[in-house]
Amino acid sequence: MTKLINLNINNTPVTVPEGTLVVDAAKKIGVDIPVFCYHPKMEPVGMCRQCLVEIGRPMIDRATGKPVLNEDGSPKLQFGPKLETSCTTPVSEGMAVLTETAKAKGGQKEIIELLLTSHPLDCPVCDKGGECPLQNLTMEHGAGESRFLFDEKHHAEKHVPLGDLIFLDRERCIQCARCIRFQDKIAGEPVLGFYQRGRNTDVVTYSDPGFDSVFSGNTTDICPVGALTTADFRFGARPWELKHAASVCAQCPVGCNLTFDVRREAKTGGGYVIKRAMPRQNEQVNEIWMCDKGRFSGYQFTEAETRLRLTPVEMESALRRASDILAQSKSETVFLAGGRLANEDLFTLKKFAAALGAQAYLYTQHGGGEFTTAYGLTSGSNLGDLGKGDVILVVASDLYNEAPLWHLRLKAAAGRGATLIVANARATKLDEFSTFVVRYSYGDEVETVKGLPAKEKIGEALKNAANLVIFYGADGLGLAGTTALAQACADLVKERAGKANNGLVGVWSSPNQQGALEMGLRPAQNLAAELRGKTVYLLAADLAGDDPALAQALKGAKAVIVQDVLQTASVALAQVVLPASAYTEREGTFTNGERRVQRFYPAVPNVATSRPDFSLLAAVAKGCGVDLEGRSTLLVMNAIAAQESAFAGLSYAKLAEVSEQYPLIGRGDLYYGGTGYENKQGLGVTLAPAEAVTPLNIPYAALRPKEDELLGVPVTKLYDDGTTLAPAKLLAAHVERYRGVVLHPATAEKLALGNGEQAEVRLGGARYLAKALVDASISTGVVLIPRSMGIALTEPAVVQVSAAEKAQEA
Amino acid sequence: MAQNEKSLLGKVQDALHGSMLLELTKGMITTLYAFFFEKKVTVQYPEEKRPVSARFRGRHVLNRYENGLEKCIGCSLCAAACPADAIFVESAENTDEKRFSPGERYASTYEINMLRCIYCGFCEDACPTEAITLGDNYELSFTDRRQALYTKDMLLVPVLPGGQPTPQVTAPGEFTRSVPAMKDPQD
Repeated sequence: MTKLINLNINNTPVTVPEGTLVVDAAKKIGVDIPVFCYHPKMEPVGMCRQCLVEIGRPMIDRATGKPVLNEDGSPKLQFGPKLETSCTTPVSEGMAVLTETAKAKGGQKEIIELLLTSHPLDCPVCDKGGECPLQNLTMEHGAGESRFLFDEKHHAEKHVPLGDLIFLDRERCIQCARCIRFQDKIAGEPVLGFYQRGRNTDVVTYSDPGFDSVFSGNTTDICPVGALTTADFRFGARPWELKHAASVCAQCPVGCNLTFDVRREAKTGGGYVIKRAMPRQNEQVNEIWMCDKGRFSGYQFTEAETRLRLTPVEMESALRRASDILAQSKSETVFLAGGRLANEDLFTLKKFAAALGAQAYLYTQHGGGEFTTAYGLTSGSNLGDLGKGDVILVVASDLYNEAPLWHLRLKAAAGRGATLIVANARATKLDEFSTFVVRYSYGDEVETVKGLPAKEKIGEALKNAANLVIFYGADGLGLAGTTALAQACADLVKERAGKANNGLVGVWSSPNQQGALEMGLRPAQNLAAELRGKTVYLLAADLAGDDPALAQALKGAKAVIVQDVLQTASVALAQVVLPASAYTEREGTFTNGERRVQRFYPAVPNVATSRPDFSLLAAVAKGCGVDLEGRSTLLVMNAIAAQESAFAGLSYAKLAEVSEQYPLIGRGDLYYGGTGYENKQGLGVTLAPAEAVTPLNIPYAALRPKEDELLGVPVTKLYDDGTTLAPAKLLAAHVERYRGVVLHPATAEKLALGNGEQAEVRLGGARYLAKALVDASISTGVVLIPRSMGIALTEPAVVQVSAAEKAQEA
Repeated sequence: MAQNEKSLLGKVQDALHGSMLLELTKGMITTLYAFFFEKKVTVQYPEEKRPVSARFRGRHVLNRYENGLEKCIGCSLCAAACPADAIFVESAENTDEKRFSPGERYASTYEINMLRCIYCGFCEDACPTEAITLGDNYELSFTDRRQALYTKDMLLVPVLPGGQPTPQVTAPGEFTRSVPAMKDPQD
């Protein structure tokens, strides 16, 4: 138990834990002290001097060491001759803080005046105008008039691209270093810094390409002025014109809470369009951050030209045809659901398949779901609570690329003293922040995990861990490999099942794979064989686009029905196409990797005749004589709560419950926590653990790299050609950076391949052309092949790589 | 009672007042004087128009600088100030190759719904560049609600002699400031 300190702020008594800063203590009782450089998520630096207050401390008699008392017996206070910065001063017993005196107010006023001497009169054209801490604090604490002349203002370069996503306006910068400190301390990617001194101080980027970080968007949220703005929202709208819709990011299994800001636009004929995605506070999921992938690609696909559109008449006939086909095929039907579907869709799908007696599978190459449902995280878990004495194990996952926010939170946990063990066949960004790094050869994942308890230090840490969380991914693994790995990981965490902050987490590739698993959907062991001669109903799954072998299998199917948001390769093979609404256009819930069910709300109206997936399913089912709920997601959720044991007791009302979160965000506190949004729409609920089920027995024989052979292993990159990512034009350059197969320099040299040269990859009869990228941190016998980048590799396989020119000559 | 007794003259005066003859005569004199001797105020509208006062608030105009660049920078403050929600602004970025206004930002869409407008002039007050002003034109009549939507090209004033129409091609670094240095209004 930390020691509590009593102090007075503006004559109001406050009791806070030892080490609390005066500015935070004041915030707790609703006293606003203006700040620019201080941010509650970061260590104070006292750079802007805005938070000046008067501080008095009890006077101590030097001779006796006793406090000096006033005549009335109260301790005599000694105020310093100067004002003190409340953001760098920790509280002390008996302290008296005065924030409203003429002296304190005068100090604050003068600092604002000083800042404004070199701040341009840009508010009308500044993207921050309207939600700008400098604007707000000037209104509240500043002088009404400036004593400085407009002509003498400091002028500097405007609109400097730091990266291709973030722009810097050098004039507007007030040198608070929030962005620099965020990159250094929170993101762990120190790519920004100060250059020059005094009035010439500039924020510069040291990386090439500029501002090379996947958390760069967050710096625009915490920038207290309009110095850092996003390319996405540049002149998009004024903040006060925006309407807000709460949502959950659908780009990875973290499930960051976010808010879509929408407004009406002339170019859509006055219809609502999404203007930007902003983080929404959830201290148990994403705190107040989000990654660039979510921010710059979260909604763009919903506005893509490739959206499926049907006229009302076409829609009606498509639904009728789908019903006719299914009524005929009945149990000879295979449903394949992608992890992009909401819980309500998955439940409806499951009911429909059961009514037809058909098979329903989850479309994924990432197995082991039966273990994450039984031994996953449970109620009360929060990665933000992990610290000293706790152990976090990350196996076969490059979290920086697969789930950036988990990377961020595990880094923070390690910073708080948690033992972070990273086991991977190649170096990942998380290694730098870990306590132990375990390196193994591709193919040895399962043995490595099994051998961990026998290791001296790691075994000790695992045994003595107060809490143990294991993240397992699919780096270099296919369906069989991940399932075997999950089993090995589950053995480590089994006895702790049901305890908060203990469990197994799958680093899935889709936002709601965990939800599908909780519904009992499982991946098919041999998908291509399952499809032959059957009627195949694809939902948010692009088999043909992912793998030519599956495209072939679809051609062998009796009939194909595709229900999707966008035009995909599978759509071309379909007899019936049903346009579904994007998640920004409808209501629903996702279950994130931590098993937290979270609600998302409609932000914009449906495109054309598209309807939510569950509604389309219900309409098709109706034609087959199956009665399913197709009107309201709320009613579907009620049915889920009644019928699915893991979801028992859940309701939309419960999911929408909120509680006070710290630090305070939004409201009048923009200057304090940044422009992220306060969570008023629900923190979500973590599911109860499911009953342990007998695992699937998928035979697994690991492939290991051999001499004179190249082992192709699938890896996940943050930016790829995924269906929902490709339409985000702003990220195109980032996707290009990752495009290509990665080889060790020695391997590349042996193959006479230079960095960036075209290579030919031969894999099971198929030939692909890809750029060869060289990376010395991987081993020589493997070639890393990014998923969703054109080369269909679902599990490790022997591949042949050669220089492309030579292949042409031969 | 003695106080209520009246003289004969008093009684005649009372009779005159009672029949309002005096007032009628006075009024008729005023009318006839104006009819015969004062200048006529009737104006042969629409052939002939009366001048409006200096602070008259008529239909809005979007002003230009002398060189032809638009004063409007698309900041949307007019729309924010508008109590009737009559203004709709969308903005985009200027480049030196395609410049509409000084600085980084210009209004790509500017619409005023004249049926909603209450001619309060708050937009004028809010404008940081004196781009929008309420003009002299009060002749607003429509046969269709859509006609009441005034778009940017309808609101923009013509280019002054010697100016160039927008978009212009400008030298880099010449127009970097959105808000010009201005004096306090004297009027």
